[in-house]
Amino acid sequence: MRTVLLRHMVAGQKGTIARVGATGELGRRIRDMGLVPGTPIQIQGRAPLKDPVAIRTRNFTLTLRNNEADFIEVTVEEEP
Amino acid sequence: MNPKSAEELVALAGNPNCGKTTLFNAITGAHQHVGNYPGITVEKKEGFYAVDGRRLRLVDLPGTYSLTAYSMEELVARDFLVHERPRVVINIVDASNLDRNLYLTIQLMELGIPIVLALNMIDAAESRGIEINAEELSRRLDREVVPTVARSGRGKDDLLDTVARVASDPRDWQPIHISYGPDIDPVLDRMEAEIHAADFMTDTLPARWTALKFLEEDEQVLARGDETDSALSERLKAEARQVTEHLQKTLASYPEAIIADHRYGFIAALLKDGVVRRTQKADRLYLSDQVDRVLTNRFFGPLIMMSILYAVYHFTFDYSEIPVQWLESGFSVLGQWVESVLEPGPLRSLLVSGVIDGVGGVMGFVPLIMLMFLAIAFLEDTGYLARVAYMLDRVFRTFGLHGSSVMAFIISGGIAGGCAVPGVMATRTLRSSKERLATMLTAPFMNCGAKLPVFAMLIAAFFPGNRPRIMFLLTLVSWIMALLIAKLIRLTILRGPSTPFLLELPPYRLPTFKGLLIHTWERTWQYIQKAGTIILAISILFWALMAFPGLPESRKAAFEADRNAVLQSLPVALKQAVAQQEAPDDLPADAREQWANARKALDAVDQSEALAGLQNSFAGRIGMAFEGLSRWCGLDWRTNVALLSGFAAKELIISTLGTAYSMGKPAEDRDRPLSQRLASDPDWSPLKAMAVIIFIMLYAPCFATVTCIVRESGAWKWGLFSMAFNTVVAFLMAVVVYQGGRWLGIGG
Repeated sequence: MRTVLLRHMVAGQKGTIARVGATGELGRRIRDMGLVPGTPIQIQGRAPLKDPVAIRTRNFTLTLRNNEADFIEVTVEEEP
Repeated sequence: MNPKSAEELVALAGNPNCGKTTLFNAITGAHQHVGNYPGITVEKKEGFYAVDGRRLRLVDLPGTYSLTAYSMEELVARDFLVHERPRVVINIVDASNLDRNLYLTIQLMELGIPIVLALNMIDAAESRGIEINAEELSRRLDREVVPTVARSGRGKDDLLDTVARVASDPRDWQPIHISYGPDIDPVLDRMEAEIHAADFMTDTLPARWTALKFLEEDEQVLARGDETDSALSERLKAEARQVTEHLQKTLASYPEAIIADHRYGFIAALLKDGVVRRTQKADRLYLSDQVDRVLTNRFFGPLIMMSILYAVYHFTFDYSEIPVQWLESGFSVLGQWVESVLEPGPLRSLLVSGVIDGVGGVMGFVPLIMLMFLAIAFLEDTGYLARVAYMLDRVFRTFGLHGSSVMAFIISGGIAGGCAVPGVMATRTLRSSKERLATMLTAPFMNCGAKLPVFAMLIAAFFPGNRPRIMFLLTLVSWIMALLIAKLIRLTILRGPSTPFLLELPPYRLPTFKGLLIHTWERTWQYIQKAGTIILAISILFWALMAFPGLPESRKAAFEADRNAVLQSLPVALKQAVAQQEAPDDLPADAREQWANARKALDAVDQSEALAGLQNSFAGRIGMAFEGLSRWCGLDWRTNVALLSGFAAKELIISTLGTAYSMGKPAEDRDRPLSQRLASDPDWSPLKAMAVIIFIMLYAPCFATVTCIVRESGAWKWGLFSMAFNTVVAFLMAVVVYQGGRWLGIGG
């Protein structure tokens, strides 16, 4: 069990959101999409230019830019 | 019974991609109309439905994930609920994705407005192994819950009966009380009591909801509070600030985040133990995900995307070609008919050159616009457009744009030959206003179908043998310019950080035929209505610029004398025949030659008169007034007039150049194509041609496009800005090309 930034996770890796550091508009948007602490996520893949990143959460697929993923800390279950 | 008295207002609310519009179409069918909310471009759809002798007026609110003040759509939805106070809100939720969809539901319940939950796409959820106990959910929420499948209409009648029942029993709004934890709850109670005591905005907003919004620092509610009672507003803000400071110290968090956490906690508790049951493993890969492994693959993804975009482009332009030609020839037949029944004069000229040509020019585009919207609606409804935005966002973000900008660029002519009118309209898929405006302002730099014939003519004249290479180069130049100017705009007048991306990739779905048709038609109709009316006004204005003031009588008389001189030289028998365009069949061979010469001489007089008229017209005077400036990039007054006419429609550049360059030339010369005439004109050179091409590529968009920019941006200033700014950019670039070329000594 360790906590990493969402940006540094690799495709297929699973984890649980530990903290969302974003405030203001971005923070609000992240929460509206259901990314709050305790939510399980899995990395689905990355766009051809490695940014944005696609994640699977709450039974839907969400994409976000790497600089947005930097605000999200994830507790990962196992070493990739 | 008066049906009006029994009309009930019902709103449809739900997340994007939850099947809201499909349900709206299923309920209202063709009985709907689309407009915009006053002052903004968010679409407002309304439809009617009769059930149990009541008439329901349904309003389809924009799809939102939340009721915060994040986007225009959310503000519109919230203001509608608060000010219009619909009797019932049908809240559509995606059954496969209940926990995130219920986030909006909870916020509707915090507001207290009566809701009926439509548990939509229940079939898709079941096939994914998700079973939902609707009765139990209804009991726990204390709201009606109806399972539906909007695509097939399943559950529709049940839903409407339920809505009618709830509507027939009007109740006060009943906000639910959720616990937001020990740090928030006591303050919230205190603030609620204060708001109640002062009747602070309670005429429209529930007290607890207002308190909650103060804690969430909702800009719109805070601003309204300041206006209503600034003293109390300041006091509430101070209390909220205190909580914020406390939470910052103890939990490094904000009230807004804590409140959201508790909402999700409430939802989790709601769905636990017997509401949602999964019969399959949650992380199983569905068909949609497997398709995405190919379609967004690092290698195949971009290749497939290029092919699909290219196919869209071909589909629209190939299949619209024939109907466009039909419409064009229809309008030209109409024009000829008017010419045949009316005497020559200003009225005939106004009807033919102003009204019919102007409106015909816009209506001629209708089949193209329609197919374009059909293609976009298809890509949008299948879910592929979201993937395009996902794959290209990295590139476009570098230039201050958004992944979704690519569609607007391609439609505008990114592969050469589009049209900026549907291109500007395609920016609707962009949610954030700054990126959307920047896209809208730069998309017209693309080489649209109307610029191409002008380029083709100039290339044929000055760069023969290099056509494909030059054409490709011009496409590249337009992309580079559009992206660089977008960056410039985003660094200056539209400066600001990029808005959050966070885009949902909905599962791939086959669109419904009905949905596609309704979508396509409503957008096409808007184009016909709005562009049609303004274009009519503009084309009349341009007709007037080119037609007035007419030549003074003395000069008209001089041309008339020239014509008479030609006629006098002919034998009497031929005078009648010369008035006709075609030589009569019974003419003897020697007379035929005489007829042809006379005809050419008369045409030459007509052309000279037309040119003299053009030179004397307001447009001609404008062209000459700008000659001093335009010489910097090599343009003379005749080209200026042609470019001015290009404001009305770029296609007109060629015909105006044709008129302007036929003066005083021997008749044989005039029969040669325009490109040959320009190539042999001492005033033209390859360098000048290149400067003109660059100018045409970049200068002010045509009026149809400007009209669209005004409508889509909601402000005249952006339409005027695009005209002025693009012309300045075009002038500077043309000067660089022309003066740079001369300095280097090529083709000057």
